[in-house]
Amino acid sequence: MSVVVVVEHGPEGWHKMSWETLAAARPVASALGLPLVAAVAGSDLNEAAAELARRDVDEAVVIEHELLAGYSSDAYTQALRQVIEELSPRLVLFPHTYQVRDFAPRLAASFGKPFVSDAVAVSGVEPEIVFVRRLFQGKLSADFVAAGEGPVFGSLQAGAARAEEGEAADPAPLRKIEVSLDAASIRVQPGERFREADDAVDLSSAERIVSVGRGIKDQDNIAVAGELAELLGAELAASRPICDNGWLPLDRQVGSSGQSVSPKLYLALGISGAIQHVVGMKGAQTIVAVNKDESAPIFEIADYGVVGDLFEVVPAMVEILKKAE
Amino acid sequence: MPGSRPLPYGRGSVGNHRVDGGSDLVKIVVCVKQVPARDSVIRASTAGGWIETEDLTLEMNEPDAYALEEALRVKEEHGGEVLAVSAGPESASSTLREALAKGADRALLIEDERFARADPLTTARALAAALKDESPDLILTGLQSDDTGFGQTGVVLAELLGLPAATIIMEVALADGRLRLKRELESGWFQRVEMPLPALLTIQSGINKPRYATLMGIKRSKKKPFDRKTAGDLGIGLDQAVELRRLYVPEKEKQTQFLSGSAREQAAQLIEKLRFEARVL
Repeated sequence: MSVVVVVEHGPEGWHKMSWETLAAARPVASALGLPLVAAVAGSDLNEAAAELARRDVDEAVVIEHELLAGYSSDAYTQALRQVIEELSPRLVLFPHTYQVRDFAPRLAASFGKPFVSDAVAVSGVEPEIVFVRRLFQGKLSADFVAAGEGPVFGSLQAGAARAEEGEAADPAPLRKIEVSLDAASIRVQPGERFREADDAVDLSSAERIVSVGRGIKDQDNIAVAGELAELLGAELAASRPICDNGWLPLDRQVGSSGQSVSPKLYLALGISGAIQHVVGMKGAQTIVAVNKDESAPIFEIADYGVVGDLFEVVPAMVEILKKAE
Repeated sequence: MPGSRPLPYGRGSVGNHRVDGGSDLVKIVVCVKQVPARDSVIRASTAGGWIETEDLTLEMNEPDAYALEEALRVKEEHGGEVLAVSAGPESASSTLREALAKGADRALLIEDERFARADPLTTARALAAALKDESPDLILTGLQSDDTGFGQTGVVLAELLGLPAATIIMEVALADGRLRLKRELESGWFQRVEMPLPALLTIQSGINKPRYATLMGIKRSKKKPFDRKTAGDLGIGLDQAVELRRLYVPEKEKQTQFLSGSAREQAAQLIEKLRFEARVL
């Protein structure tokens, strides 16, 4: 038995959430008295495998196959199914990446097991593994308990733990697991990967960000946030729904499906604070939230809170800043 | 394939329709969920276990509204029918009525109070049991729900039905019985993906602009077939695969300084504090 973390390595290298999940898994493995195993699937992984073995793991498992070169949910599900059958772990953890969302639910379901996805914390004391998740757009937290025989499956949201830096002096043992995959059974065919905006705004290097959410109500109102951003020397950003509506381009989106930012100042206007948004900005040094709903989850992470109407507060800020110029 | 196991439902039973170059009909299922309206105040119930549902305004899960719109667009382009399915309490019938009013042809409610808080494996098992005889060519779901947000019911449903699936889809094109898709990846990346029918897709919000129901649509919807089934009808249990033990208000991660007074006073204090206390201006 073991705790297995399935880490992610793709065309751009390691997915950094892999290391956060690994760090979160270590205390769970200790509490359960089990070794921590990191597993990576792909092709041509020699270098990656050596790097993985130098992380804080008790064993590094490498799954290589030419059909794992480009990601396909069918190939990954089949390969990891075989690996999990061989390792029979107590707990299998994934970073909650887009790729994991695509195959891990069906992998767990193929074992007849639930997949406790998108957790912010995990702990384990036999006979239970407990996952903490956010519900209702971050308004509530819930403890989910998986008990019983067989592997427990779960994934961890960004920021679940601080990734361990530094390398182990002695690398962990490396184990290759052979999987057999049949090209004919791979129905989902991966194609070209591409980016749409060449001149995408790099919000990650912005010192200050003014970000708007649903509370902005109308596309025309974005101008007032834009004026404040300009006066503060800030970039303008948004939560997902604003970009879905086409009010701002997708490259200005902050959150799990957009950019992750850590500016000195993050000013959230009319943003409720759903977990998908919060994971992209909670690393900001100073967070200000302006929201008319005092119970909005954004206030849980705000340094300064203004409970009020952004359409009154923002113009007032603009006026004061203009006077000072 | 190694590790291969018999599919719960024979693959031959799914997708009997041929879809070629837009000339044949596509049988589409869209799975929708009813959730509390976005601006709802949500309180854990004093009895524990779930939320206070009295006085709660309910609406169609927003990502599912995009999936419904995409289903209607595929049908309009290729012909066929759209079946809207929901697993939920009786109240979810209003969400299915909305789907019918927007253009779905039939509705099916798998009715049970417990679905409001069911885990995705339990819900997907119910949907699979209800859909195995429908033999859809294409199943669409939103990528996640705004209530429990597991983001996986569709993918698990695909596994239970033995269908290929792709998630977080931003573009759907169908030709010669194959789906050509644009899948959203992280950090501004996208990927082209192809797969055969029958298949399941989870739709990303923002893929289209969902339509509103017209008065004519609402009128017509009243005559459309609306089926109801119970867990008993489907021969499935609703025991939770994972236990929701405790529901609570998240702990504050920071001590928030709330600024008081009029909007002008709040604005003035905020700028002052950002300059001289936080020193970020």
